[in-house]
Amino acid sequence: MSFEAALNEAGAKPAGKRPYFLEPQVERALAITMAVAQELAVARQRVDTLERLLVAKGVLSEGEVAHYQPDPVASAERQMWNQEYIARILRIVQQENEAAVLPDEASSGELVDELAVN
Amino acid sequence: MTAVRKNHPAAGYDGPPDYRVIGRHGVFPQTDHDEVERINYLAQMNRHLAARVVPGVKAAYAARVEPAFEAKNGRAIATRHEARKAMLEDPAFQTWSALRRMTMEQRQQAGRWTVIRQREELNAKAKELTEADPRLELDKSVKIPRYVSAIDHHCMPGSYHTEYCEGDITNGANYDHAGFVTTSGLLGKYSDGGGRAVAQWVKKNLPDFKPGKILDIGGTVGHSGLPLAEAFPDAELTIVDLGAPVLRYGLARAKTMGVDNVRFVQASAEDLSRYPDASFDWVQTTMFLHELSSSAMRNIFAETRRLVKPGGIVLHVEQPQYTPDMSYFEQAMRDWDAFYNAEPFWSRMHEMDLDGAMEEAGFERDWLVHGGVFGVVDRDLFPDAQEDETEDFGRKAAWHVIGALVP
Repeated sequence: MSFEAALNEAGAKPAGKRPYFLEPQVERALAITMAVAQELAVARQRVDTLERLLVAKGVLSEGEVAHYQPDPVASAERQMWNQEYIARILRIVQQENEAAVLPDEASSGELVDELAVN
Repeated sequence: MTAVRKNHPAAGYDGPPDYRVIGRHGVFPQTDHDEVERINYLAQMNRHLAARVVPGVKAAYAARVEPAFEAKNGRAIATRHEARKAMLEDPAFQTWSALRRMTMEQRQQAGRWTVIRQREELNAKAKELTEADPRLELDKSVKIPRYVSAIDHHCMPGSYHTEYCEGDITNGANYDHAGFVTTSGLLGKYSDGGGRAVAQWVKKNLPDFKPGKILDIGGTVGHSGLPLAEAFPDAELTIVDLGAPVLRYGLARAKTMGVDNVRFVQASAEDLSRYPDASFDWVQTTMFLHELSSSAMRNIFAETRRLVKPGGIVLHVEQPQYTPDMSYFEQAMRDWDAFYNAEPFWSRMHEMDLDGAMEEAGFERDWLVHGGVFGVVDRDLFPDAQEDETEDFGRKAAWHVIGALVP
């Protein structure tokens, strides 16, 4: 099936060892970020397409989205969505900050031997 | 760009055309909304890197890289390789390089996704168009040489030759439909701006030349070859290439574009003994030599000498050679593709004495010709390379011509 093939093969490695310009960890994270940036652009264009189609079909009028004024309930819901979203994507920052004040914590790996013995 | 009213927002737009203006022949992959926008985004990313990031790389070279090299070595940078290695230590070059490499990788993934998801349909179409057509001559015994097999040129997984199933055109369709990303549309509607430029150059400089048989070596899907067949409809064009997927796709593409005076032949151009001496009036390569090796280039040059008829021409079109008046910065930036975009022969090829190589192959010095061409595109829809001041080292649709007029 082509969908399975596309999943497996679209991102295949080309022949030849890949050059790295930054620390590998940094370059890996940047590569993932740039792919996400690409998909954000694609999603933004899709929303724009929807708006223009809705305007063309008379469902929306020109500028209605740009000048949309949410009522107080909608406004609060949207702001809460922003808060939730940011908290989700910055989870690692929250967890590293929580860890910063817990210097004596053991890792699971460190507990393996301890719990096996005690 | 299409003429737009002054004060209209589009009047101030300067950038790649919307991918939707691309020409769609009969085996062109279907692209849905998001696939189109992915290509648009990636073309804009390349444009951004060339227009807005490269100037910073250049400034950092003068402000940091050169002074640091001089402080360390007590002398100025003296080769392009020293320039490149010194830049590898600088964050501006590192970041630009990482982003440029990633954009190429994303482009390959985007194009492959589009093609692989519809591979069965595309292969069926190609089969219907090419089956039993004598103008497609495939040869399973052709060996893929190391200069193609060791590294996939421009990070294109599977290169031009890998087949994923019987009658496969995946890698031809991927190469064709998303190449737009790399040139930001500078090669025009059918990615044929290079070939159209060559046809125009020949008609202008050799107005009495009437070729009967034309050979395009390493012609892949026919981007640069078909314009020659179209410009000289009485001629018969032969495109040779190592890769079956690009050749199958090429014939299907040509037929649906209404170009019938062309055949696609799988062969190594290092050994074209299937054709007798003096078989062709015109032997052409376009953006091909940099994907070879030194020995392959020698062999191919020798074959071009053997195959060209008296009164015929041999032409090669490539990005400019490195010359003493080209700065080490520019040479190093142009060398980027050799080291970081899987085009390893690019570096050596661009420093070679091409006139000398032609002479070694048996062409006499006073037969040699040189020129320059820009991509020829439909200017209502596509940007004109001649008017574009953005330098995207090695990617711009501005090439050198070197050739021989054989008496």
